[in-house]
Amino acid sequence: MLDIVGEYGPRLVVGLLTTARIALLAFALAFLFGLLIAAFRVSPVPPLVRAAGLYVTFFRNIPLAVLMILVFFVLPDLDLGLSGFWSAVLALSLYSGAYLAEIIRSGINTVAAGEVEAARAVGLTFTQVLGLIVLPQALRSVVAPIGSLFIAHTKNTTVAALISAGELGDFTRRAGSASANYFTVALLVAIVFVVILVPTGSLFGVLERRVAIKR
Amino acid sequence: MTSILASDELGPQGRRRVRIATVVSALVLGAFVAVALIRLGQQGQLEPELYTDLFQAAVWRRLLTALVKYNLSVALLAMALSLTIGLGLALGRLSRSAWVYRPLGAFVEFFRAVPVLLFIFLANFGLPQYGIDLGTFGFVVVALTAYHSSVLAEIYRAGILSLGRGQSEAALSLGMSYWQSMFLVVLPQAVRRMLPAIVSQLVTLIKDTTLAFIIGFSEMLREGTRIAEFLNNRLQTLLLVALIFIAVNYALSRFATWLERRQRRRYGGVVTPAPGTLEDPALLDQPEVATVR
Repeated sequence: MLDIVGEYGPRLVVGLLTTARIALLAFALAFLFGLLIAAFRVSPVPPLVRAAGLYVTFFRNIPLAVLMILVFFVLPDLDLGLSGFWSAVLALSLYSGAYLAEIIRSGINTVAAGEVEAARAVGLTFTQVLGLIVLPQALRSVVAPIGSLFIAHTKNTTVAALISAGELGDFTRRAGSASANYFTVALLVAIVFVVILVPTGSLFGVLERRVAIKR
Repeated sequence: MTSILASDELGPQGRRRVRIATVVSALVLGAFVAVALIRLGQQGQLEPELYTDLFQAAVWRRLLTALVKYNLSVALLAMALSLTIGLGLALGRLSRSAWVYRPLGAFVEFFRAVPVLLFIFLANFGLPQYGIDLGTFGFVVVALTAYHSSVLAEIYRAGILSLGRGQSEAALSLGMSYWQSMFLVVLPQAVRRMLPAIVSQLVTLIKDTTLAFIIGFSEMLREGTRIAEFLNNRLQTLLLVALIFIAVNYALSRFATWLERRQRRRYGGVVTPAPGTLEDPALLDQPEVATVR
């Protein structure tokens, strides 16, 4: 294993940085999509409710590999081609966005109805109720599922190996076949994921306790 | 289902606002679709043959054969194996001996932090290095089982813990042994509570089978790209592949939701906090399940 680390170490670090960039960029975008879709779904405007429902059904049930292939190989047919990196970011953010929307919506449903009624009674509009009263409480109650999603999302970046995005999955494939010792390379990358994701999990645990609403 | 935000009765001003928002949003969404269609048209993607080609029986036969023979078979086989191994892992993790639960806990955490794709690489390219040859089908099953049995171990554990101690205490006080109380009293009830979660996990498994695309496994995504090359209609064929997957997974998700509702109605409340509602293995770690963190 040490000889593999020696030979492929630098490329592993590059792969890791690419994984981190894809994961973080896509999660930021996914959060945006998730908030928007969740807001649409709880709004009193029928077309938005429908469209958001369609979005969630589509992106939650499509296998990520299919979505990646669609984005990477089909968008160029529409003259909208993206690089492997940006295809991965787009596909992942659309995919995780659907899950985030569902998580945020489940958080919204935990907010007591009286809060909304009180806010409505003092004359706040839908957007104000959602933005000032409901979402701040909803988000705090769903830190744990968001953390789990972030971990799953980070693992999902490896699917970008299908479109050669240069991240860790792609690195595994290239270094694996180049070194003729696939097992060791894949094991090494697996350990990298464990070393990063297990502490990330505990970090979300701490965050959860910090922001929990004591009732 | 209307949300708490949309449930209250609106006054005249509110109704007017909603009407305006409805019209505006419908227009914006319509414009969005129109732009997409124009774009498709400009790039020659709306030619009828590109779509009618897909209605040949051969296309459907090949896609659905791949779906059943590879995606669904692998998923079901891996699910059966994971259910068995997962049970063993869960029972071990619930053991009273630290010599058993510590290492198993570490094992489950380790496996759950590793991306499924790496398991596929490890199985398909790594195992042959050690002289093990199971064929692509076998390797994919092994890879998916390795990952999903740890997830199922967590589902079992959550199911067993959700039952409360009263059940096993009552069984023990009747003179049953630990294993009798586990297999005759606790597990039958726990498994019933876990059903929605297991069905949702099957959806994730089916999705994961498409990852084997990367090792050249002839599952439906691979078959789709082959057909697309032949018919020269990538967008249309791949969209069809996507829609077939979505239809299968959506049906299963609905089934999981239905199971969960029925369970709630019958047994009043406790259903194993499912990936069911959130449908991803990792989302299992909800507060009440206390798992990998």
